[in-house]
Amino acid sequence: MTQPTKKPTKMNRRKALIGLGASTGALAAGGAFPGAERFAHAQSAAPIKIGFQKHATGIGAAYGRWYGATTDAAVKRINENGGINGRPVEIVVEDDATDPGRGAEVLEKFATQHEVDVAFGTLFSHVVIGSAPRAGELKLPYFVVSEGHHVASGMLNRYTLQPCITDVKSQVISMAPFVAENLGKKVTMIYPDFAFGHDHRDFFSEAIEAQGGEVVAKIAIPPTETTFTRYFPNIPRETEVIYHVMVGPAVLTFVKELGEFFGPNRPELFGFIDSLEAVDIQSPGLEFLEGSYFWEGMPRHAQAGDTEAQKAYRAAVGCNERGASVEDPANVSTYAHMFGCWETLNVIKAGMEAADYQGPADRPKLIEAVEAMSAIPASEDHPQGDKLFNGKTHQVFAQQHISKVTDGTLVVEHSTSIEDGMYEDEVDYTTQTF
Amino acid sequence: MDFGPHLMLASLEGAVISAILVLTAMGLSLVFGVMRVVNVAHGEFFMLGAVLAWVVSTTLGGHPAIGFIGALIVAPVLVGCIAAGVDRFVLKRVNYDADRTIVATIGVLYIIQQSTLMLYGPEARPVQPPFNTRLSLPWFEFGENGFAMIWPWGLSITSYKLFVIFAAAAVLVALWLLLTRTRIGLIMRATQQDSDTAQAFGVPVGKVYSWVFGLGAGLAALGAVLVVPIQQAHYLMGGDPLLLAFIVVIIGGLGSLPGTVIAALLIGMSDGIISVFFSPTLAKIIATFLVAMVLVFRPQGLLGRAET
Repeated sequence: MTQPTKKPTKMNRRKALIGLGASTGALAAGGAFPGAERFAHAQSAAPIKIGFQKHATGIGAAYGRWYGATTDAAVKRINENGGINGRPVEIVVEDDATDPGRGAEVLEKFATQHEVDVAFGTLFSHVVIGSAPRAGELKLPYFVVSEGHHVASGMLNRYTLQPCITDVKSQVISMAPFVAENLGKKVTMIYPDFAFGHDHRDFFSEAIEAQGGEVVAKIAIPPTETTFTRYFPNIPRETEVIYHVMVGPAVLTFVKELGEFFGPNRPELFGFIDSLEAVDIQSPGLEFLEGSYFWEGMPRHAQAGDTEAQKAYRAAVGCNERGASVEDPANVSTYAHMFGCWETLNVIKAGMEAADYQGPADRPKLIEAVEAMSAIPASEDHPQGDKLFNGKTHQVFAQQHISKVTDGTLVVEHSTSIEDGMYEDEVDYTTQTF
Repeated sequence: MDFGPHLMLASLEGAVISAILVLTAMGLSLVFGVMRVVNVAHGEFFMLGAVLAWVVSTTLGGHPAIGFIGALIVAPVLVGCIAAGVDRFVLKRVNYDADRTIVATIGVLYIIQQSTLMLYGPEARPVQPPFNTRLSLPWFEFGENGFAMIWPWGLSITSYKLFVIFAAAAVLVALWLLLTRTRIGLIMRATQQDSDTAQAFGVPVGKVYSWVFGLGAGLAALGAVLVVPIQQAHYLMGGDPLLLAFIVVIIGGLGSLPGTVIAALLIGMSDGIISVFFSPTLAKIIATFLVAMVLVFRPQGLLGRAET
């Protein structure tokens, strides 16, 4: 070592940064930043990190965009009201490309790289089914907003919960009586050919038979399909009601071609709004939908009897009376589903506060706290309405709506009760160890 | 649905598929025939055509026909220019080497796809057809009262789908005239037969390559503009047309234009009919199987010339 050691005479960049950081911390602690004092009483002021598994690309992109907007609005409100346990909430977004394999990788990234507290926000059932086992292995609480029956069926694990959106089984059980009584008893089903569609197929077939009806044809369509006319000749002539539920980027084409296929003499149509999420119901070519019926988790178009909480929620997520973006009315939301993100974040908040959540070590306590929830009353935290959470099956039950297209507007015609959609438990996750 | 009307509906659906397919596959075949380049990015030029159709029609506004006609002119020309640029700046730099052009066009595929995702977004967006009337079709049958005309449930086509079939046929005729009756066509055919000799006779082979690559991509874009009022513009829509176009070109014979037309009709019609009567998955399986059989028993394709 012949080189003489350099003596630092000036302040170098690293020192400058440390100094800057320290003074920022001091200012924040002293309340010099507006808003910072709200979080000052927490034992740790580090943010609660929530990993948002977002369908930013792939077939779920339209949902991803609006699940994102709703999540942002909900987090903004939670932070304005003091965060969780006095700590601010931070959302970490990762795109899962609506792909099950990628979904599992995203969860891994959340747990090991971003070190999030919980993961949340997945819709598409195949992504949930692909990701949930990894969540169990990583011991990462995974709050899904998916509708699939996979949570309550017992095929997943104790770390996966669905606390704010009703599953397909409950939805169809509660609606089958309306279909059989008002629309017809001979039903042809058109559904996407993956887990979510199969839930519809299996549970609706059962439910309509219980009402004295029957499913006369089951038409499964691959979720990436782009043209549909070729599937429609399989609809039997005796069909009284077409039950349709489609997802993916081609839903508008699907509904248009359905209209073109039937022309003026169509059977009754009962659809899940999934077939039209993110699509304007007044798009050219959709006139034939007038007088048809749709399931909605939460009514897209503002209704006469909307509560204050529902109005506040609509404004917070930036939607107008027709469920489209206030800034761009051509940008129609996925209103019937996305409330699930808003409400799930509020359940995470309530659960963390009940469990006095401090960090990843308290994850089991958080799950136990959520499992202990039962009646969830309607409020600004839960604008969709009253809910009943089943801690054993990790599944929530709520009111469902059937809307009729009247002058191009979805008007709620019938609302089910929570009890209409109840079924026997198929699993008890609380008996599983953490 | 009865067998007769069902078959008629299936054939009409098949004809629409064939019409789009023939334009896309023609572009691919032309590029291979003249330049000996396997263009893996061909499907992305198709997608780009659809996306530009959406951009043009929403920018112009007004009656759907204005936007559609605008798109019909602007999208293929713009896509052709982009493709000519790719030829100049990418393919020419790798000297049209067979292996390296495949790798290069795979790169171009990802660049176009991801740029579209960034600029246009992941949504599927519709373009309004200029006209779209539902035409119910009659069916004839011998009933109790003798020969009668009936209007079966669901047997229909839209005026726009009919237009697609005729438009594709018109473009094909124009392309055939261009290749066989004009000086440009003569130069292209000369380059195809022997590019060295053509160059010796003063044909600017470099320029011809750029034009042909642009024309091939423009044909794909034109097919996409025609299809986008039926389907929707989406950044991942280039995959299926690429696969089908390759199947068509392999069955028809690489570089053989009549072979491409016959194969496109064959694949399009069988896809339409098999998917209506059985399942769309089976249609794809059969098409792929057909490719394997052609490669085994007639590697040069139906009308391709065996290499000497």
